[in-house]
Amino acid sequence: MSLSREDVEKVSLLSRLKLSEDELVVMTDQMSRIIDYIDLLSEVNTDDVEPMTHAVEQFNVFADDVVHQSLPRDEALANAPKRDDECFHVPAVLGD
Amino acid sequence: MSESLPYKIVIGLEVHVQLATKTKLFCRCSTEYGNAPNTQTCPVCLAMPGAMPVMNREAFQLGMRTACALDLQIPLFTKWDRKNYYYPDLPKGYQISQFDLPMSEKGTLYISDPKGRFEPKDVGIIRAHLEEDAGKSMHDEANGKADSRIDLNRCGTPLLEIVSEPDMSSPEEAKAYLEELKLILSYLGVSDCNMQEGSLRVDANINLHIETKNGKIATPIVEIKNMNSFRAVERALHYEAPRQYDIWQETGGVIGEISKETRGWDDSAQVTRAQREKEDMSDYRYFPEPDLAPVTVTEAQIAEVKASLSELPQQIRKRLQADYKISEYDAEVIVNQGQATVDYYEALVSKVNDGKLAANWITQGVLRILKEQQIEIDAFPITTDRLADLLSAVQNKEIDTTRAKDVFEKLLESETSVADMMKEMGIEKVDDSAIDSLCRELLEANPKVVADLKAGKQQAVGSLIGQAKKKNPNIDPGSFRKLCLEIVQSM
Repeated sequence: MSLSREDVEKVSLLSRLKLSEDELVVMTDQMSRIIDYIDLLSEVNTDDVEPMTHAVEQFNVFADDVVHQSLPRDEALANAPKRDDECFHVPAVLGD
Repeated sequence: MSESLPYKIVIGLEVHVQLATKTKLFCRCSTEYGNAPNTQTCPVCLAMPGAMPVMNREAFQLGMRTACALDLQIPLFTKWDRKNYYYPDLPKGYQISQFDLPMSEKGTLYISDPKGRFEPKDVGIIRAHLEEDAGKSMHDEANGKADSRIDLNRCGTPLLEIVSEPDMSSPEEAKAYLEELKLILSYLGVSDCNMQEGSLRVDANINLHIETKNGKIATPIVEIKNMNSFRAVERALHYEAPRQYDIWQETGGVIGEISKETRGWDDSAQVTRAQREKEDMSDYRYFPEPDLAPVTVTEAQIAEVKASLSELPQQIRKRLQADYKISEYDAEVIVNQGQATVDYYEALVSKVNDGKLAANWITQGVLRILKEQQIEIDAFPITTDRLADLLSAVQNKEIDTTRAKDVFEKLLESETSVADMMKEMGIEKVDDSAIDSLCRELLEANPKVVADLKAGKQQAVGSLIGQAKKKNPNIDPGSFRKLCLEIVQSM
């Protein structure tokens, strides 16, 4: 398997996901298969291919620095699971 | 200074500068500071599904201007990347930043100290890249268990991150780097550099190189955060260097064995404290941002930006010294005040044709008043025209420097012309024959002074100047002194 159980544990920690023992086993298997599938690409000979940084051949898409109307605050906060009149609420963040 | 220390200090600085755009980096919400929470958001900066970022043209331009001013090379191709981490003030779960192909790299910044505390040097700059700011988390300090409140007004504001080489070897050099960088940014007009409002933020990396019996070692690198002024940066570094030395003596821990530590500066206690590590935060899993098109730049565009740059502080210092024959110190003082003071100085010099005289009056007179009254030079009540009239009166010996200073103080409080003010104060030029007769009168009345002067004690003339000023306050002491000495010599 291309991914170890430790790899999956680390990624789940970075993603703030708590996986059970069973889920870890399933995820390790599924994610390994995804990685293996993508690894097929490494079989392609890319010697004469320019590195690509973007899927679309498009460059220099800019907007002018002109202020547009922002959302009314009530709409901005509408989807928040927890809020007051001004702010989103999240569980206490300790330190910085 | 550092010769006496048993170690060499190595400092590198990361500076985040908020660029002076009207709108955010990837959406057109306003970046204005100080408005009610969450009134400057939209689907893009709130990370609504399907919202697409579009690059702010002005932000890229300001980045290019800064890069050119710092002698950074601008690659012809640059792109954006996602830096992934989860934090409540970052709604997308990633920050759009630049990873492997930043918009500029390999520059320098020249620092010097007119007080001579360190040798002038070029500090290397590794890179400067664009990225978006996060929002603001507000914690309930009194009640630690309460929810944190999140304001996303700042989320997406354009930042330029400027990363120096670890080229600074004292806290003083670090402070000089920051001051010069801030000065350049304000001359360029790319940022308001207001530290209180978070427009300029500094993180410092510091470690020590120590010679031991077994060769040179380096202590683990510490990154210091939470410094809200340049003075705080200087103090934090002064605190941190001996602390690292003590720890090393105690534990012998060196770089590589012990991982990098993040510490926060506690300004009230004047110490650095270990910060809770965000677990494995160093793993940001960067990957290319698929929602933003890369940017290409041409040599012609770079040349255009370079040509459009106004004169930079170090160039102005050199020019003022060369053109007006003023000292390095005077040039430094004037230029460090900003463009408006340089303009004031140059306008004054053009009217009085004496660079040194104009510099003295600005550094000792004008700047003192600005500091006392806490005003900017644009609000200074004496125009260059009026100050030039006063200095011309000094040059023409219509008034001596001491009395000119009295006139200067009076001019601060009124809009009267210099000529009228001098008349009002009873100041008028004493003609040569009047000086001559006063000289002879006083010399005759003071034979001992005459004898002393003949014996070569020139300082004896001082008592006569005092008497002369009592008899006629408008007497120019310089002319009076010269004439007295001439008369005595011919006696």
